[in-house]
Amino acid sequence: MAPEAPVKTDPPPVAAPRRLARLVRWDVIVTALLIVVFTGGALGTPDFATTDNLSFALDDLCEIALIALPMTLLVVAAEVDLSVASVLGMSSALLGALWDAGWAIETIVPLLIVVGAVAGLVNGLLVTRLGLPSLAVTIGTLTLYRGLAYVVLGTKAVAQFPQNYADLATKTVPGTPIPYPFALFIVLAVITAVVLHATGAGRAIFATGAQEEAAFFAGIRVKRIKLLLFVVSGVVSAFAGVIYTLRYGSARADNGLGMELSVIAAVLLGGVDFDGGRGTLGGVVAGVLLIGLLRNLLMLRDVATEIQSIVTGLLLIVSVLTPRIVAAVRETRRHPRGTVSASS
Amino acid sequence: MLRRPMAAVALVAALALGAAACGGTTKDSAKDSGGGAATSGKKADPNAPLKKNLKLAFLPKQVNNPYETLVDNAGISGAREFSGQAKEVGPSDASASSQISYLNTLIQQQQDAILIAANDPNAVCGPLKQAMSRKIAVVTYDSDAAKECRDVFINQASSEQIGRSEIQVMSELVGGKGKIAILSATANATNQNTWIKFMKDELKKPAYAGLKLVKVAYGDDDDQKSFQQTQGLLRAYPDLKGIIAPTTVGIAAAARYISGSQYKGKVEVSGLGTPNQMRKFVKDGTVHKFELWDPQDLGYLAAYAAASLASGQITGAQGEKFKAGKLGERAIGVDGEVILGPPTVFDKDNIDNYHF
Repeated sequence: MAPEAPVKTDPPPVAAPRRLARLVRWDVIVTALLIVVFTGGALGTPDFATTDNLSFALDDLCEIALIALPMTLLVVAAEVDLSVASVLGMSSALLGALWDAGWAIETIVPLLIVVGAVAGLVNGLLVTRLGLPSLAVTIGTLTLYRGLAYVVLGTKAVAQFPQNYADLATKTVPGTPIPYPFALFIVLAVITAVVLHATGAGRAIFATGAQEEAAFFAGIRVKRIKLLLFVVSGVVSAFAGVIYTLRYGSARADNGLGMELSVIAAVLLGGVDFDGGRGTLGGVVAGVLLIGLLRNLLMLRDVATEIQSIVTGLLLIVSVLTPRIVAAVRETRRHPRGTVSASS
Repeated sequence: MLRRPMAAVALVAALALGAAACGGTTKDSAKDSGGGAATSGKKADPNAPLKKNLKLAFLPKQVNNPYETLVDNAGISGAREFSGQAKEVGPSDASASSQISYLNTLIQQQQDAILIAANDPNAVCGPLKQAMSRKIAVVTYDSDAAKECRDVFINQASSEQIGRSEIQVMSELVGGKGKIAILSATANATNQNTWIKFMKDELKKPAYAGLKLVKVAYGDDDDQKSFQQTQGLLRAYPDLKGIIAPTTVGIAAAARYISGSQYKGKVEVSGLGTPNQMRKFVKDGTVHKFELWDPQDLGYLAAYAAASLASGQITGAQGEKFKAGKLGERAIGVDGEVILGPPTVFDKDNIDNYHF
């Protein structure tokens, strides 16, 4: 069913039809899994498909979902930002410290956006100007930014944030089960999808991730794109820190510890290739929802935490492995006989 | 697409500063929103019988923590005495926010009572208030949540009792004079710091004029680090008479070092430890006395408090009383706290009666 799929514009011109086909199929698998989990849950677990539970599950997911958007762009561009959760923590700690010092929240939030942008800029400059690998750079800043968070707030927790802002982080859009932060995610997801899949900028990101050198010689400003993506990642993470803090009503330096792994897991589960150049935003959205709803469902069924981790871990491995196995099988079939197998 | 990322950052910064110039919601302006006592609307009926088949859920700081497991299992078996169904669920890490999704789940499952050892007093507040608004009884144990977010807190022992009794025990062990040191958990641990504050206060009494606290060391609740800190203490103060370790990790590490060193029999170790962990050091004579509250009684009392709340016997107001099975009648004190009782002192005569 795959190889004759028409060449779309987004992937790089290298062996496009086959890759595109494989990619579309993984999207479909994740979406199908999502539907299976949802229907299974709705039929088998009475407390699952209630408005209350679903809106909570979405709210619980919103920071991961938000950060997954710039992460998708970065991974497609063959980079990664591991410092996102630390930027979130740093933003949370600063929010707590400044709020405690009597600053207005309307002053603090724009300032945090700037801090996020600077944090992203540091990552981006180290990667693009010094040519360092982003994995190494952001492991460094992961520790650095988390350290700064502790410098700012120590191990104390700041609470008592204003109710009207806390409501914005937890209440749902009137008449829907969608919490405000998730509504923000939907809007940003649509924008990101359009940018990635329907604009020249998106094509440039794909090209950068697939073959950086070729993209450079094709006139794409590779470094500038990457730098900008890191800045966006920092800004979104810092804002997610604000949501996180208000949602839990507690600013702490250890907020969001380890969240970068959940974000990357969702992106990979969504079918984005860690080597860059391939992926769709729709897949990532499905991946994020799948992880969140599956966890919620397992919890409602009183499945032990260890089993929950095992299930998500296996799912992730399968998601990374399946496309490669399919590719390998196809490759071996193709070579000895010189024909393209259409079976799956 | 923006052509100049640097310019973009500068632009955002300028906008931010512009926005910052306007006033807004500050800590002081937001203070008016009071929490309000959640218990005020309810009325207690002291004669109401305990309901049957109550659904109780224990939510510890993290699962697979031996101490929490002990507390929760005692609560779960205690619940059987009043035909309740209790279970333990919880996250695998003790971070501030990891309990939240479990709380939501328990609310959806319409439990009758939630018993929680809060990882963060405020982070759990929203969902707990939601639970209370749906007539789910909320009991905190081991580690409290903000007091407007729960009905009752079962306190293992008052911090003052623990702090002061540590000094009393140590003074008795070293005969009232000599240098002593404290081996604590982390420098920021709330529990330990409160206890240490009361220890220092107790030391000011004339009865302890002969005791000199030379150092508070921090082993970070890490076995190896606590072991090294003990070593360091004795190198710095070779004439040290006693070490108080108000943490189960610290006391075991200190006892292990002393029992294998030249200081055995010369330096007393006491503090908070579990009998299973300390048994061999008590038997080999390294440790003569140490303390801890009984974690099993803690879980048991929490289960009864939850059932009494869910049955309408109590509402969490000061002065109310409820019957807690084998522990007898308990009263609710200031701020909805129920104190388990003074810590138990373990020594070679009674240690074999305890298995936890």
